[in-house]
Amino acid sequence: MKPQMYLGRYWQLYGLVALPIVYFIVFKYGPMYGVQIAFKDFNLFQGIHGSEWIGFEAFGEVFRNQEFFKTLRNTLMLNFLDLIVSFPAPLVLAIMLYELKSGWFRKFSQTVLYVPHFISWVIIGGIVYQVFGTQSGMINNVLTGLGLREIPFLTEKGNWLATYLATGVWQSAGWGTILYLAALTGINRELFEAAEVDGAGRFKRIWHITLPGLKTTIVTLLIINLGHIITIGFERPYVIGNLAVREYSDVLSTFVYRVGLESGQYTLATVVGLFQAVVGLVFVLGANFISKKLTDESIL
Amino acid sequence: MSERTANRIFDTSNVILIAIAVLLCVAPFLHIIAISLSSSRAIMSGEVTLLPVQLTYEAYRRVFTDQAMLQSLGFTIFLTVLTTVLCMAMTVAAAYPLSKTQLKGRRLLMFVIIVTMFFSGGMIPEYILIRDLNLLNTVWALVLPGLVSPFYLIIMISFLKGIPESLEEAAEIDGSTHIGTLFRITLPLSMPVIATLSLFYAVGRWNGFQDTLLYITKPELYPLQLKLYQIINNSQASDLMRMEGAGMYEVLPEGLKAASVIFATVPILIVYPWLQRYFVNGVMIGAVKG
Repeated sequence: MKPQMYLGRYWQLYGLVALPIVYFIVFKYGPMYGVQIAFKDFNLFQGIHGSEWIGFEAFGEVFRNQEFFKTLRNTLMLNFLDLIVSFPAPLVLAIMLYELKSGWFRKFSQTVLYVPHFISWVIIGGIVYQVFGTQSGMINNVLTGLGLREIPFLTEKGNWLATYLATGVWQSAGWGTILYLAALTGINRELFEAAEVDGAGRFKRIWHITLPGLKTTIVTLLIINLGHIITIGFERPYVIGNLAVREYSDVLSTFVYRVGLESGQYTLATVVGLFQAVVGLVFVLGANFISKKLTDESIL
Repeated sequence: MSERTANRIFDTSNVILIAIAVLLCVAPFLHIIAISLSSSRAIMSGEVTLLPVQLTYEAYRRVFTDQAMLQSLGFTIFLTVLTTVLCMAMTVAAAYPLSKTQLKGRRLLMFVIIVTMFFSGGMIPEYILIRDLNLLNTVWALVLPGLVSPFYLIIMISFLKGIPESLEEAAEIDGSTHIGTLFRITLPLSMPVIATLSLFYAVGRWNGFQDTLLYITKPELYPLQLKLYQIINNSQASDLMRMEGAGMYEVLPEGLKAASVIFATVPILIVYPWLQRYFVNGVMIGAVKG
């Protein structure tokens, strides 16, 4: 086909895709271009182009900063503990739901268990405060009512960590069952009948039929999660964290916000963001590589 | 113990454990509702757990007569509708051409888009961009940066690829243009995925908080999440103050905070039945193709 004919036939398609591509270039590649402020002595008045190049000076400053390493440690710590606590929860819950006989009870449970996924972190933060607060939280009210000592769930860092993790399980466990339940629909029901004839008990059945059926899903999700070990959302630690537990609750994303937007040290904050983006990219690509080797399936 | 008894014990404990999980899911909401409907005195004395004590609607009366709160709700509804419509239009505009395998340059365009899933400039360069474009404190700062989600775009593309080509070819033989075919054939067949992705976008916008914190400082433009955050933050700050023994902080009544939380949650719960159905479908599409 001649170029004119090709364009004559397909110009409308190019016209349609043009606007979204412009969007990606302006709002996604624009900030990538702006990453150069990590190498400049940036200030708002001179702008990106007016500010002077300083090379890797700001990187040195960040890597000498104690707080940076603390937030890096916290990011890895919160994500790792989340993986240990929040990763098995939906798996166990999915297997339990799968074992349910009653159709309506299963449907009802699923409907309720999915709800927290749709609640914003701000709202969850509000709920956490009212349930776990030291002075007037529900749990402490019950504890003091029983004559026990109150527990500072939100203001003592160890307790706060537990609260943070529990909140994550509460928010994600129900919704996380969906992928497992989807994988379980692929299991041949006849296997269960055969197992029953052979006299296999429930736990044996789960161990020999259900879990093997979930193996690929488990491995894939685990690798995806490990790939994101340095990536942490902003809202959850920001909303649930507070000044008293900053030792644990300050993570890379909240650090970038505080240093950059609250203190106006744009260059330093950009360096931290760039560090996180680059390391994060390496982890995700590494995770994909491993996934390809292990399961023959690319997760990208 | 016989096989049958063992199985019965298993089933019963399974039902009980799931019932407990369901209760743990619901209990925090019940507590907040109870607080929002109880008298200040009952709340202060710590009597309220899961049921209201000294029933009062005072907190809700205050929320519903608070002009700023109502304005925030109105603005959030407007923002969510605007975002959803624009996001969906742009997603379709990108997905339709990119679902045509014969389109030249398709791979390059896909590459340009997919790169953004794995690398981003980060919070500060994004903020500087929004600032340089003079979008701070405008509704566009909350709409434009998230116009097309690459994830949802990929879901849309794989759905469109599943539509039999013969249908579109037939329309083209009849002299229909690509855009004509898109509106007459493709879109009517894509309603399930459009509904699903619209809900994804809408919920994301409704619940979104980070960008509102970064880009909005004018109280008239506070979306609900930001407004709510400030109400809640007031209580966190006051808890710390009390801990440190300084009582100067103006403390909002707990009941009012609880009523505000419920106020912001109810809209999501109203649309929840639709959300659940379409989201589950969407996750399935994403899981199968992704």
